Order: sequence, then C-alpha cells, then structure tokens
Amino acid sequence: MNARLLPYVLILPVTVFLCIFFLYPFVLVAQQAFGSDTGWSLDNFRDVVSHWKFSISLWNTLLLAAVVVPVQLALSLLMATMVSKMKRGRDLVLYVWTIPLGISDLAAGIIWLAIFEQSGFLNSMMHGLGFIDAPMNFISYQNMTMVFIAIALAEIWRATAIMLVILVAGIGLIPKEYYEAAEVFGASPWKRFLKITLPLLRPSLQTALVLRVILAFEVFAVVAALGGTLFPVLMGETYSYQFDLSNSGAAAAIALIILAISIASTLVILRALRVPKGATI
Amino acid sequence: MTAATDAPQIDARRSGRWLYIASVVLLCAWVLVPLYFLFINTLSSPETVNSFPKGFVPEFDFGSLRFFAGFQGMIDALYNSVLVAVLTMIMSILIGAPAGYALSRFDFRGKELFRMLILLTRAFPLPLLALPLAVLFIRVGLDDTVFGLALVHTTLAIPFAVLITFSLFSGIPIELEEAAWTLGCTRLGAFTKVVLPLILPGITASAIFAFVISWNEVFAAAVLTIENRTLPAFLLQSLAESPLHLKFAGGFILVVPALIFIFAVRKYLFAMWGIANR
Repeated sequence: MNARLLPYVLILPVTVFLCIFFLYPFVLVAQQAFGSDTGWSLDNFRDVVSHWKFSISLWNTLLLAAVVVPVQLALSLLMATMVSKMKRGRDLVLYVWTIPLGISDLAAGIIWLAIFEQSGFLNSMMHGLGFIDAPMNFISYQNMTMVFIAIALAEIWRATAIMLVILVAGIGLIPKEYYEAAEVFGASPWKRFLKITLPLLRPSLQTALVLRVILAFEVFAVVAALGGTLFPVLMGETYSYQFDLSNSGAAAAIALIILAISIASTLVILRALRVPKGATI
Repeated sequence: MTAATDAPQIDARRSGRWLYIASVVLLCAWVLVPLYFLFINTLSSPETVNSFPKGFVPEFDFGSLRFFAGFQGMIDALYNSVLVAVLTMIMSILIGAPAGYALSRFDFRGKELFRMLILLTRAFPLPLLALPLAVLFIRVGLDDTVFGLALVHTTLAIPFAVLITFSLFSGIPIELEEAAWTLGCTRLGAFTKVVLPLILPGITASAIFAFVISWNEVFAAAVLTIENRTLPAFLLQSLAESPLHLKFAGGFILVVPALIFIFAVRKYLFAMWGIANR
C-alpha cells in the first residue's frame, strides 16, 4: 500500500470510533441539557441548581477533592522517591503499592465498609483494646465527620496508585547525573528533592494532577458503597436523576456542570505547572 | 551503645535506614490490611460477618461465597461482566493497535492533532458520556445490550491501548522490519513474522489492562443496562437492600481478577505512563 496513505488508514478506526463515542456524545449531552419542549432553554439547569441537594453535593464533591488530592500528591511523591532509592525488593514493593490501581471504586468502597460498618473491624479493634464496650455506629447522619473521613480514606487508599505510577515513571526520566552533581556539592536529600526532583517532575505532576482531579470530581461508587445517601455528591445526583427520576435532561445538566468544573480545574493545573518554554530535561 | 556515641553520624544514618524500612513496611500494610479484612469477611460464614466483635483470622467458611453464587441474578451479572470485558479487550486492541503502530512508525500531517485527540479523552470524565449514549442506544436498538456497553468501555480503554502499543512499537527498531523487507517480505509479512512475535506479550498486557478497565467500570454500566447488568452495576443497585455478606463476597469477586491482572501487567504500567507524559 502507498506509504503516504498507510498511516491515515491505520489511525482511521480510532478516529472514527472516538468521533462517534467521544466527540458526538458531547454534542448530544449539550443538546439534552439545553433542550426542552420549547427549544433552547436553561430550564434544566435552573431545576437542578435550585434543588436543595445541589449545593450540598457540589460542596461535598469539592471538599472531598480539596482534602483528598493534596494528601495523595504528598503520599505519592513520598512513595515515588522512596521507590527510586530502593535497591532490593523494588518490584515487589511497587506491585503492592500499585494493587489499588486495579481495584474498582465500588470494591474499594466495600473494602472500607468492612472496616467502618457497625460490626466492622475498627469497632472490633477498639473493642479488643478495651476502648469501647458496645460497637459505635460510624456511618450515620449523626456522625457526618466520620462518614467524611471514611470516604476520604477509601479514596486516598484507592487512587494514590495512579499518581504513584505516573510519578515513578517521571522520576525514572530524570538523569542521575543531576543528583550526583548535587551530592558532590553537598546538597542534602531534602534540598535535592526540592531543587531537582520537583522542578524536573513538573510534566508528570501535571499529568498526575489533571488525571486525579478529574477522577476526584467523578467520585461516585465509593460514596455509594460507604455513605449511601448520607453524603450526596454530584455524580451520584446525576445517577439518581437519570435512573431513579428518569429525568435525562436534568442528568445531562449536572453532567455538563461536572464537565465545566473538570475543564476549569484542568486549565488551572496546566497553567500553574506549565513548563517554561524551551526547558527540557 | 558506646560505639553509637562514638559515631553519631553512623547512628543517625542507621536510624534513618530503619525509619525508611519502617515507612515502606507501613505503606505496604496500608495497602494490604484493608484487602485482608475483605478477605476475612469473604471467607467467613454469613453469621460471623454480621456478628460482633470480629476475629482477625478467616475461618475458611464458604457460606458467604455460596450465598453470593446462589443470589438471584448474580451469576448472570458475573457472566455479563466477563462478556463485556472480553469484548472491550478485543475491540480496543483491534482498533487501538494499528494507531499505535502508525504513531511509532510514520511522520504524517495531523499526527499532533491525532495525539491531542487521544490525550484529550483523558481530560474528560468519560463515564458521563454514557448519559447521552443511553438515549442514542435506544434509538439504534443497542440499549441494555452487552455490546452497547462494551462500545462505551472501549472508549475508556482505547486511549490506553493506543499509548501502550505506541510505546511497545517504538521499542522495536525499525531496522528489523527493514531487514525483513530487503529479504523479500512485504510490509504485512514483515509485520506478522518479525514485529508481532516480539510485541505479543506487550499486546497481551495492554489487552489485560482493557479488561480491567471494563471489569471495574460502574457508572456507565449502571446507566446503560437494566436487565443485562454487569457485576459492578448489579452490586451497586442492590447496595441498599443487600446483606453485608453479599456485599463483601461481591467485592471480593471484583477484586480477585484485578489483583492477578495488575500482577501480570506490572512491567508495562510504567512504560505506558512514561510515554504518556510527553
């Protein structure tokens, strides 16, 4: 086959597929959100936003992201630097640390339910140590702080691995010579981390943060498994509009709101961590 | 003790080393202990799961798992999950791998645009796209089908398939192919005889990754299926009324394949993200 035509033939299937199942649905979802019986309108948005649950679920989603993502960033940076120094057992440790990568959010929620439910392991442990006589009910509306902590822990447990993988790959790309030179000049490990690892890791940090923040706004099954309806989040509201209330216009409207938040935060992250022009490793 | 006071620096280094090892062990425990708890609950009888306080060793009772297997619709859901995941796996490789090859071997106009399209998919909450597709699928008769859901899951998996195969093909020198051409192979012949055998393990890894993505996906599955639910969708929808032991057994069944698969693809996890950074 003609060598000039061949690459286009090869990328054609992906392009067509993504146009149908990625780009086109965006048009559809916008149509659903803005559409009504009388043409274009903002009715769906007005309905959704004026509902009492909306501001709570928006607040919950943002708060959860604001708490979880920084912790994950710190944790994954720590883990990545620890791994990069490791000589023996690196593969095993990395495998263990990346296990949550393969675990679904629903399963993660169920796993942490085993710990926090009333007859769960946290209560059993506290009982065994003699702190409490009867099991406490952690997951109830009287104990919202605990519900939040449980969900945040489950999220941190589940999704730190994705950042870890990206950061480990990124650290692997930093030439060892920089560290050796810094060591010769007597830079402490902390200083090396601040002056070499962090700046040179910027592209990976960008990728990791964008990916993670978007996933944080999508939080759904972990919350459903752990908090149920106690802790409404945006994605859960989308689901209940679509499924329980069969109101696909409203569901599409929330979907667009989530999308807007995601895009806005992506732009902020890209801007904040942009790589200076002409800078390369 | 006297040696330690004589050489405080060695002492500091040694305690730093202990701190380091302790933190590694602690972080491993942080990942493994919750999994172990799920394991205990799954391998306990339903009565034990609902009792208090709990023991910290599994009693190796298969009551919960038997209950899971006997639960109305559960085995069908499991079957659907496997079916959707296998379809996703096949489609994402068949569609994605050629593009990965094109990206690694050719410089063509629009290449950057194409890469942008691929990377763009990762900057959006993709499961949301299930909402409009639910309407579309009703129109074309794909609603509540395994194939329709597999199409959506393929959208999730394709960016990864393209990026992994891209990095795999890039790792194979083009000279190998060129040598085959000079020996009289056609482009296709050189590909199947030289490149494909070298790349097969990597392709398998990427296929496995696609399988896991589909296997774990909850939102789109729950939105797009009603009768033919996958396991995560089924579990999600019965969360409110299902007893604890059913949840834990279900969670366990969800986790096991993921554990094996991540172990199988661990070598490729990093290659793929390293490339994806650029």
